[in-house]
Amino acid sequence: MNFLEVNDLKTYFFTRWGTVKAVDGVSFSLKEGETLGLVGESGCGKSVTCLSILRLVPQPAGRIVGGQILVQGEDLLKKSEEEMRKIRGAKICMILQDPTTSLNPVLTIGNQLMESIKIHLGLKGQKLRERAVKMLEMLRVPSPEVCLENWPHQLSGGMRQRVVSAIALSCQPLLLIADEPTTSLDATIQIQFLRHLRELQWQTGLTLIFITHDFGIVARMCDKVAVMYAGKIVEMADVRDIFNRPLHPYTEALMKAVPKLEEKVERLVNIEGEPPRPYALPQGCTFTPRCASKKERCQPDQYPPVIETKNGHWVRCWKYV
Amino acid sequence: MFAVRGLGFLNFLLQLKRYLLKLKSRKFPIIPGSIISLFIFMAVFGEILSPYPATKVSLPEKFLPPFFLTKGSMDHPLGTDMLGRDILSQIMAGARPSLIVAVAVLAFGGLGGTALGIMSGYYGGKLDVILMRAADSTIAFPIILAAMLLAIILGPSIQNVIIAISLIIWARFARVIRGEVMSVKERDFVALARVAGASGTQIMFRHIFPNVAHTMVVMLTLQAGYTIIVEATLSFLGAGIPPPTPVWGGLISRGREYIRIAWWIPFFPGMALALIVLSFNMLGDWLREIIDPKLRQV
Repeated sequence: MNFLEVNDLKTYFFTRWGTVKAVDGVSFSLKEGETLGLVGESGCGKSVTCLSILRLVPQPAGRIVGGQILVQGEDLLKKSEEEMRKIRGAKICMILQDPTTSLNPVLTIGNQLMESIKIHLGLKGQKLRERAVKMLEMLRVPSPEVCLENWPHQLSGGMRQRVVSAIALSCQPLLLIADEPTTSLDATIQIQFLRHLRELQWQTGLTLIFITHDFGIVARMCDKVAVMYAGKIVEMADVRDIFNRPLHPYTEALMKAVPKLEEKVERLVNIEGEPPRPYALPQGCTFTPRCASKKERCQPDQYPPVIETKNGHWVRCWKYV
Repeated sequence: MFAVRGLGFLNFLLQLKRYLLKLKSRKFPIIPGSIISLFIFMAVFGEILSPYPATKVSLPEKFLPPFFLTKGSMDHPLGTDMLGRDILSQIMAGARPSLIVAVAVLAFGGLGGTALGIMSGYYGGKLDVILMRAADSTIAFPIILAAMLLAIILGPSIQNVIIAISLIIWARFARVIRGEVMSVKERDFVALARVAGASGTQIMFRHIFPNVAHTMVVMLTLQAGYTIIVEATLSFLGAGIPPPTPVWGGLISRGREYIRIAWWIPFFPGMALALIVLSFNMLGDWLREIIDPKLRQV
């Protein structure tokens, strides 16, 4: 059975200027211990997809209007807010891009780390402290006892991200959503951090969703990749297939935009045009206006259907219909 | 001549620099601190310390000037009023109602306003609209008139002065705190607290309140001065604490008629008022600096 199954998820924002279909019919599934990479330009709906899984879509404009989110067979969209609170933090956790704002500046590390352990595991006193120290040790924080007494501003960025992860992992969640967790870290710290995360995943069987812009991280961390464009997943495949044989023109373009070390380039490749305005998405395939391989076959008023080219590799493009 | 002048200017610059350095070192402001302590001391032990009972009338001794004027003496260091009551004793006795009003108003209006501001900023939506329109109308209404109306409707007494000023001061707290909360609640740690399964109340108490507490404390000290002034104004206008209790506003009001022949009757209570308000403001500035966690020394 799949650990996580998202079926036809739709999250819309109802604003004064119109309806924004931030997530429009997204489906994917993950087995326990797998890692999914969510890739796409800013504003394509990656983060909203993840917030929808946590049922934390920004209120009051945003609303999940349809679909299913099954975690171990249970539909999260049918849970009450009270039940969701018990699931968040205990089963599903999240780490965010910027560790400087992820920690409350007026509380000590220990105070914040012990908060969710207290909420979800109900530990107290010495046991609570031991658990907190163990978590910091697990993420290789040097002298964890001292760290517990520190304030967030006394730690470096890499250390803070480890603390944030320790908080996220403290209640042994089954699913961790990492929203560009390494963007604000420098390259060496990035690799260290990713390595620890990978080790933890092997130890605990954690399922991961990785939101990122960085194909290097995708290659290093992920089993599966989903490429999103304007609220829809346009291509999804195993990580090898994506790198070896990208099918969707958008995926191809993204890959080309990554500068390569061995080639000398004058100008970096970019994708022509701009991402479509969310209030006025083009009819039919939303990528058509920027697509390098658009032809007459592309039907102007219909979104391309899902085409599965081989087991587990599917794409939404008229090219393969 | 020029050389001396140049030296004087240099000296002035040096002193200015020393003064600026002193400001930077964020030491406890000793003078305002001791002035406030002195007034608190007077408020608590007024009867024991004061040379005369504050309301003791002694007509032969009326209009005695303060000690540094020719007819003055150390018997009445700050002189006497039109009924021969000792001004110093009255100022000492007046410290108590002023500080009681300030503390009570800040406890009800200040903390209440902070709580409403946090709720307004955190929940947003209709609650926010209602609370903020209420705060807007409170602030737009002339504060003295509002307090006077309330004091007149409720009748002049110390409780009613407290209620009246609290009903006005909450809006200032609510507005400022709400603005801070709006920015704090968008920070990632609040989102992560929700991801970690914290409830709205937990987030407001544990994550939002400590982040706006420094603003609240600074507001409390700054508004303490303001509250004392409003109380004095109300008493001055006769809508505050009623006469037998000696209050600074009342002293100034009664002394006003005799300002030509005995300026010291309104002057010294006015000075007391100015001193304590200034001290509270300076203390507030100092507090803001030390409470900010980013400025805290390791």
